[in-house]
Amino acid sequence: MGFEYAPALESRSVVDLKSSYGLFIDGEFVDASGPSFKSVSPATEEVLAEIGQADVADVDRAVQAARRAYSRTWSVMSGGERAKYLYRIARIIQERSRELAVLESLDNGKPIREARDIDVPLVAAYFFYYAGWADKLEYAGFGADPRPLGVAGQIIPWNFPLLMLAWKIAPALAAGNTVVLKPAETTSLTALLFAEICQQADLPPGVVNIVTGAGSTGQALVAHPDIDKLAFTGSTEVGKAIARSVAATNTPVTLELGGKAANIVFDDAPIDQAVEGIVNGIFFNQGHVCCAGSRLLVQESVYDDVLARLKRRMATLRMGDPLDKNTDVGAINSSEQLARIHELTAVGESEGAERWSPPCDLPERGFWFAPTIFTGVSQAHRIAREEIFGPVLSVLTFRTPAEAVEKANNTPFGLSAGVWTDKGSRILWMANQLRAGVVWANTFNRFDPTSPFGGYKESGYGREGGRHGLEAYLAH
Amino acid sequence: MTSSLLKTPFSADGASPTDAVSSPAALRRFLHGLPGVDQVGCEARVATLSSRSIKTTSKSLALDLAISMIDLTTLEGQDTAGKVRALCAKAKRPDPEDPTCPRVAAICVYPDMVATARAALGESGVHVASVATAFPAGRSTLAIKLADTRDAVAAGAHEIDMVIDRGAFLSGDYQRVFDEIGAVKEACGEAHLKVILETGELVTYDNVRRASWLCMLAGADFIKTSTGKVQPAATPPVTLIMLEAVRDFRESSGRQVGVKAAGGISTAKDAIKYLVMVNETLGDDWLDPDWFRFGASRLLNDLLMQRTKLTTGRYGGPDYYTLD
Amino acid sequence: MVWRPTLPTKPPRPSRLDVRKTSKLYIGGGFPRSESGRSYAVSDSRGRFLANASRASRKDARDAVVAARKAFAGWSAKTAYNRGQVVYRIAEVLEGRHPQFAAEVERAEGLSSKAASALVDASVDRLVWYAGWADKVAQVVGSTNPVAGPYFDFSIPEPTGVVAIVAPQESSLLGLVSVVAPAVVTGNTCVVMTSYERPLPAIALAEVLATSDVPGGVVNLLTGDPTEVAPWIASHMDVNAIDLSGVSDQQLATDLQVAAADNLKRIMRPDARELDWNADPGTGRLTAFLETKTVWHPIGI
Repeated sequence: MGFEYAPALESRSVVDLKSSYGLFIDGEFVDASGPSFKSVSPATEEVLAEIGQADVADVDRAVQAARRAYSRTWSVMSGGERAKYLYRIARIIQERSRELAVLESLDNGKPIREARDIDVPLVAAYFFYYAGWADKLEYAGFGADPRPLGVAGQIIPWNFPLLMLAWKIAPALAAGNTVVLKPAETTSLTALLFAEICQQADLPPGVVNIVTGAGSTGQALVAHPDIDKLAFTGSTEVGKAIARSVAATNTPVTLELGGKAANIVFDDAPIDQAVEGIVNGIFFNQGHVCCAGSRLLVQESVYDDVLARLKRRMATLRMGDPLDKNTDVGAINSSEQLARIHELTAVGESEGAERWSPPCDLPERGFWFAPTIFTGVSQAHRIAREEIFGPVLSVLTFRTPAEAVEKANNTPFGLSAGVWTDKGSRILWMANQLRAGVVWANTFNRFDPTSPFGGYKESGYGREGGRHGLEAYLAH
Repeated sequence: MTSSLLKTPFSADGASPTDAVSSPAALRRFLHGLPGVDQVGCEARVATLSSRSIKTTSKSLALDLAISMIDLTTLEGQDTAGKVRALCAKAKRPDPEDPTCPRVAAICVYPDMVATARAALGESGVHVASVATAFPAGRSTLAIKLADTRDAVAAGAHEIDMVIDRGAFLSGDYQRVFDEIGAVKEACGEAHLKVILETGELVTYDNVRRASWLCMLAGADFIKTSTGKVQPAATPPVTLIMLEAVRDFRESSGRQVGVKAAGGISTAKDAIKYLVMVNETLGDDWLDPDWFRFGASRLLNDLLMQRTKLTTGRYGGPDYYTLD
Repeated sequence: MVWRPTLPTKPPRPSRLDVRKTSKLYIGGGFPRSESGRSYAVSDSRGRFLANASRASRKDARDAVVAARKAFAGWSAKTAYNRGQVVYRIAEVLEGRHPQFAAEVERAEGLSSKAASALVDASVDRLVWYAGWADKVAQVVGSTNPVAGPYFDFSIPEPTGVVAIVAPQESSLLGLVSVVAPAVVTGNTCVVMTSYERPLPAIALAEVLATSDVPGGVVNLLTGDPTEVAPWIASHMDVNAIDLSGVSDQQLATDLQVAAADNLKRIMRPDARELDWNADPGTGRLTAFLETKTVWHPIGI
């Protein structure tokens, strides 16, 4: 008999979508000056809403509002009062969690299971965590009287729209800064819903400003002369451009950029959990994860076994409607990203790597890419070096721990790594040797507000999360 | 049966399952060469599987399947022939008002009730399973365990649920456990042998994996989590490890072994979670009463209640289901 | 009377010719001349010739980066206790050559001998201060993180890698020590472009480093014109961080920072005009070239 799961759709009715959205400046929703653009559901290509595009003047208004709020309200408010606003926001996020999760899934294409069980709970947790720092900054180890920097310009990506917003806004506000945040062009909706939450929380106007738009809006924010701090999460290419553009002013910058993480499986690994870790490492969020374990390094002595188990497991991945509660792999976020994945996987094939996907039917509409692995990949292949940012795993092998380390570190990136082995001393040796900001040993893709996250080398600088995450928003 | 998995090093020294039983030392090496289980990772996987949402037609199918997989159990000191006969009646027709409701897989009783159960069940197709081997502690001599088994078989048991010697297992005397299972298997004759690990006493998941392999190597037709007399009894992570073990065992030996989750599963919701685990770990081949069982007494009524809810559209109450 | 032999009258003693030191670069623990064969005249504060210093070229810089990279694995893997002892050893050897350094600084910076001597004191003390940080910084900036789940999670500081340093141009010894010590005590290796006009204390310091158990390549000192060499180092893809403390020209600093973005070097860019090397240095220079590594592991049986 076949045990097929009937569709278990999360209801959209909890979300109240408007036909068009403006910018959130100085506590109010206002029309953008630029032309509007459409936000589509990546799963169906349905137009969800029209979004306003902020131009230079809009960004300037937002920065001015943030400046006023900074000097008149937020920086002079006691830390304890700031904390209470942030706690309030955390609580409203919890109260409206279903709505946020559904909207995130709808707008981003990620499975509702992940939005509901991972993204949104973490969003609330980050606000809750940083709320508590707001009145304890003098104990954070950054001097006796750490001061906020001022107005922070923040640009976030589309892979975890709300979570990245939380990573940026929560520490900035806790430290006493005000913010102008630009969500990614394809995923503005939850940021705008967050703006509404700020209103519900009676957050003073101008403390949080949301300017939607494409790259030009981001550039306007980066180039604005009255920004005291920039924080960016996104591609290494754009990160470098930002690093160059702030050179003249020496504005402090935090960059969370790309990665090409090695997920290293030794022959004594807890094998079933390792296979889960491989799957979670690369297929979580459709592989749209900067710290994704996109290079699997398997010890040669267990290569056949691991591959067979991995393929068998991949065949059970459920791909489809992101709002179906049983969906494991959702839609690719945009046609542009889909094209990039197609391009790089085509290169992988043309370079001689062997491609495999489990049989699965892709929906006719929307942006879809089946979970894919490439075997026979060498370090020289582009698919082993470039970030694909999709559900595509390159499989390589190694023979000794030293070779694993050498291959893992042989990349300009250094964001994360995974190690799977039952031998404790080897875990610590590997953790020591790996040049990566986060090392997951016998687990992968875990996040927590108390845990600093960020990369070595071209994966960026600065850390988000934990006490370390405050440093980027304090003058000391 | 394919495949590359046949070659894989299930033990540190690359021994195949056949080599594994060549000597006590080889057996020990083999079992300790099995891949470890990371507790947190295993439980995380279970949590994800538990979040599956089984609705409408799939729920209906799952409820009926779960009913058909039940070993309806009474293992009490106060058991009487009357009690067993009542249970048998329920086993044959769990929902007297609905002839489409499937019968359960088996009745599970102590050896002295086997004959009563056989008589009550007649040709219904419901099997009689008997616990044996000094159940539940297993603390008796091999001779008595074998006699216990032979008695139950002679009385007509189709299936024997034996317990392993946990003391021997925990002290590392795997050969003793292996030999005992082999002897009981022989005593079973045609009867199917389910071997109870009593995972609540083995404690670690590594032990559960080793014990699963040990039982399968020794000839178990089924591996079963628990007696129901020790807490915790069946849990989803322990069951997942056993499911993985039977999967890997079939890959390497070609022989399919069943799994029985027993004790502590009392709601339809829980039962469906187990079926989801079976489905996503083993697939169709095990989604059958011949290969997966629930050892339970209270579970049946909740399954029936949920079944009625699906057909009538309203929530039921326990007063409408028989307590037997 | 007693006869005394007539002693030969002492001929006028010819004045002894100094053996001058040839000033070289310090790369990989050796003292090569610039591969370019170039040198430049170094004068004291009153313009009197002191020595010819090697004028490092971009190729010397390249070699220095290779040496620093080669030394990184070994140096960063040493125990913090060991690194602390090595830096402390630098202080000991510097103290033992106190008069020489006082004279060097006096000539280079045109100070009174008392003031120069005080700067050497301060330099020794700074090395001692940083030496002690080696095995404490991880405890101050590291953490265990109470994550909401069954995981042991900790964050530790690790050295960034190869740090390029444009050393202070005015403060030829104390400034130099103050930028090199924090970079290396945490396990980085460095390539230092020394003061252009006042390179001789740096050259002397190289001799101290060479005799202080500092492995070759951990500190590499390049004399010469930073404006010529720094752009090559700033854009070098195997350099992980750059300290612009010695760059007072803001346009140059900006250009270097732009070049450094090619591989996202960590950047230390204090306002060179405001640096007070006598002030409490704080921990900013220690943490500027540290990465935070966070490690997760499940907790289970």
